[in-house]
Amino acid sequence: MARDLHRTIDTVWRMESARIIGAIARRVRDVGLAEELAQDALVAALEHWPKDGIPDNPGAWLMATAKNRALDRLRQLNLHHAKQQELGADADARGDHVVPDFVDSLDDADDIGDDLLRLVFTACHPVLSREAQVALTLKLLAGMSTAEIARAFLQPEPTIAQRIVRAKRTLVSANVPFEVPRGEALQDRLAAVLEVVYLIFNEGYSATAGDDWTRPALCEEALRLARILAQLSPGTAEVLGLVALMEIQASRMHARLDAEGKPILLMAQDRGRWDQLLIGRGLAALAHAEQLGDEPGPYQLQAAIAACHARARTPEATDWDRIVALYGELMTCLPSPVVELNRAVAVSMASGPAAALLLVDGLVTDGHLARYHLLHAARGDLLARLDRHAEARTEFERAAAMTANEREKALLFERARDARSR
Amino acid sequence: MRVMVIVKANESSEKGVMPPAELFEAMGKYNEELARAGVLLAADGLHPSSRGVRVHFSGTTRTVTDGPFAETKELIAGYWLWEVRSMEEAIEWVRRCPNPHVGDSDIEIRPIFSAEEFEALMRGHFGSKA
Repeated sequence: MARDLHRTIDTVWRMESARIIGAIARRVRDVGLAEELAQDALVAALEHWPKDGIPDNPGAWLMATAKNRALDRLRQLNLHHAKQQELGADADARGDHVVPDFVDSLDDADDIGDDLLRLVFTACHPVLSREAQVALTLKLLAGMSTAEIARAFLQPEPTIAQRIVRAKRTLVSANVPFEVPRGEALQDRLAAVLEVVYLIFNEGYSATAGDDWTRPALCEEALRLARILAQLSPGTAEVLGLVALMEIQASRMHARLDAEGKPILLMAQDRGRWDQLLIGRGLAALAHAEQLGDEPGPYQLQAAIAACHARARTPEATDWDRIVALYGELMTCLPSPVVELNRAVAVSMASGPAAALLLVDGLVTDGHLARYHLLHAARGDLLARLDRHAEARTEFERAAAMTANEREKALLFERARDARSR
Repeated sequence: MRVMVIVKANESSEKGVMPPAELFEAMGKYNEELARAGVLLAADGLHPSSRGVRVHFSGTTRTVTDGPFAETKELIAGYWLWEVRSMEEAIEWVRRCPNPHVGDSDIEIRPIFSAEEFEALMRGHFGSKA
């Protein structure tokens, strides 16, 4: 029974902590302190609920308790130091009875949403390193414990704990306001938030079979965060674009590895194992983004490319012309040799290997991807399709030498052998 | 984890009694809250069983029977699909749901087989042949 109760408290905490921290941070203007006060409310719950039973509305109880703690703290800050200490001792002596004010807790739903947005923008503030943004987002928004975050990122717990403490201190010393940025700043700040969410997703997505459950759980947390963001800012195409991209990628989660955990290429995946519910959600989010009619951003374009694959019932039914066009658009808003390489591969599917080889040779001359094994693997593939097997073999061997991933290396050597036997 | 949250039918839902406006509104708010928490994947309400049919299988024969069906409490009136972290979280969400029917109601939470669980099951079933 006691164990059940603790699990319930734990669950309610995971569900409510972000809203509570957000609401308190708006009052005390410090997310670190807000988290501490919210934790105090959790401690109070662990103390009171086993005796008094679980309240009818446990979330509201935690919120009200944390708000009362915040009020106490704000009062304390206004008192003389000695007086403050006396009051603290007094409060301890009283056992600090919590009388939740339920009227106060009936926050407008929009207030809660705004607080969550402020919280996410603060956790992803540019004064913090990308690593710190990720850790703080998982701690404050997803309610993950430091130990869970450490396990998910294969890092020692003290490293993550220190990263979070430093991040909170940095926010205070840099006087970062608890707010949603406005005007021009919003675009850049939003891009940072989306990047953090997508990074968390990819960290989970790259987990291999048999990994600790916390790694795949990162995908779910990232998707949940993205879905929440889409609800809180429904008119923002890039948020919807990211949701669409992640829903569609997640739909292939169970089709992308074989029984031994080896990756299966998109074209070779069993499409019957794609999750149609997630595909449907992804396509709906993409359609919503497209309806907004803004110039599509990089996430929306990547989602549109993913959608072309998701819509194709068979690999042969893939609309490669559209994918080529979408990569072309992506090149204009996110120019990179990797995107260009992907475009070349799509061209080879739409117009044949000869046209694609011209593009890939351009990339080889350009030199930016000289050490990128996938450039050589792609070139090898095109050459093999053009029956230029000797050259193909050289490219596959070159690519194999460049990757440290044993599975990829084996696959590339296999292709080199195939080319030799032709 | 993904769960199906099943709203069991009761006499009023089987009679096709429309819930009062307040309940409609409360349910709308609840669904909105589920969506805002990133939990809601899908939701549908079902017509009473009088508009349903049942196909009975016995060996190789199939018999089609028109509704309504008698075992009201065993019938379902609607469902949600949720993505939650645990069964406890699903229970907490169900606790917050307004009573879905006029009169007493039951809501059942059933975890959905994940792809991994399903594969493990198949492997167990087919042994080393799979």
